[in-house]
Amino acid sequence: MTHTTRVRAVVSLQSRPILKSHARLQYDNVREAWALLSPERVFWPNEVSLDILRLCDGRHSVAQMIALLADQYAADEAEIAPDVTGFLQEWSDKFLVTL
Amino acid sequence: MNEPVLPPIGMLAELTHRCPLQCAYCSNPVELLKANREMDTAGWLSLFEQAADLGVLQVHLSGGEPTLRSDLVDLVACLARRGVYTNLITAGVGIAEGRIEALAAAGLDHIQLSFQGAFAATTEKIGNSLGAHQKKLETARRVRAAGLPLTINAPIHRHNMEEVPDFIDLALGLGAERLEIANVQYAGWALLNREALMPEREAVERQVQIVEEAQERLRGIMTIDFVTPDYFAIYPKPCMGGWARDAFMVAPDGTVLPCHAAATIKSLHFERFGDWSLSRIWHESAAFNAFRGTSWMQEPCRSCERQEIDWGGCRCQAMAIAGDAAATDPACVLSPLHARMGALINEAIRTKAADTTSGAFTYRRIGKVAEPTV
Repeated sequence: MTHTTRVRAVVSLQSRPILKSHARLQYDNVREAWALLSPERVFWPNEVSLDILRLCDGRHSVAQMIALLADQYAADEAEIAPDVTGFLQEWSDKFLVTL
Repeated sequence: MNEPVLPPIGMLAELTHRCPLQCAYCSNPVELLKANREMDTAGWLSLFEQAADLGVLQVHLSGGEPTLRSDLVDLVACLARRGVYTNLITAGVGIAEGRIEALAAAGLDHIQLSFQGAFAATTEKIGNSLGAHQKKLETARRVRAAGLPLTINAPIHRHNMEEVPDFIDLALGLGAERLEIANVQYAGWALLNREALMPEREAVERQVQIVEEAQERLRGIMTIDFVTPDYFAIYPKPCMGGWARDAFMVAPDGTVLPCHAAATIKSLHFERFGDWSLSRIWHESAAFNAFRGTSWMQEPCRSCERQEIDWGGCRCQAMAIAGDAAATDPACVLSPLHARMGALINEAIRTKAADTTSGAFTYRRIGKVAEPTV
């Protein structure tokens, strides 16, 4: 069995998420909206998702992302942290983000 | 037809019908086009420019075998320049040295590589091509080495359904991000070979369990997309996401169709790119408007709360089984003809039991083969 060498990535505050090479965030001039392109699907992220995805550049740690987003939305870090980590875990599981 | 027509998102470009494999379930039409009917490079480039203008975000480059087009790198470069996501759907047999790297350099986003079996003997038998499996393994390695993301596509039917666990191991071992376990849809060559391909009910049920267990076990490790077999379904699939709703396909000669098999609906006429612009075809073609939205629907679809979930299912399957392209897809349990799907399964199994030589395929070949009658 070969799959023992592959394991599920689990998000932590030290993770530095980056969009996968096969996932591309780009502005669609026809629909005037941001689209995330992936092999079989096109996602239309909402404003909050977009702000998270834009920080998925491989430089920001999850802890830094939470701090920046809390600042941006004038919210408590503790309050938004589960939403941000939950989102990143989901998008990692969908193979759109590398943790 | 009062619903607004939205711009298309996806386009399947069947660049050629030429193919080194002869799979008996090919989704191409039974009447294949020869190379001299293929649209030239300028035609495809112009079509891709118009597609990008119209709002197409993803192009699936398929065939036949798309790598047999010598202009493939130029076609990919054009789409990449326009920001269109490109997915190459290949059999991965006989791709010249350096070609995958050139496609990656031109901006190709993703490769989908088919495996007819999880083992060499199966792949060679199904595709009727000696050495195909080994070549595919080599292609997968080259795709990974070129840094391209990889989906393994496994078309499933009676002759390889028991290999589903092995397909999963194969895809994991090849480093694929995604595996498609795609049960064969009975259109095109698969309809011609339906009796030889039809699985047994117990095998389908086992397969569903195996795939669902693997999806759970491999969450975050490898995505498994499961295309379930229509004949064993309760509700139909939203075929193409709804007729002419957000996707279309183009045949090698430039004919623009709402789906692969649409030409089996003989009452419809399909325009060719070049005679009409793509925008005009998308908005004005009578064939595209024939089953758009919900207003064309008959009962039980007309009053069904699922009508915008599955959009009536597959028009070509309605044509093939019900003899009426505007009927409810008989895959739906609410169709008055749903029992016919079960009868066709039983008939295929009975034929197989009575005749041990059945299960032989009519392999896909360019040339004259009669359209199947149902």
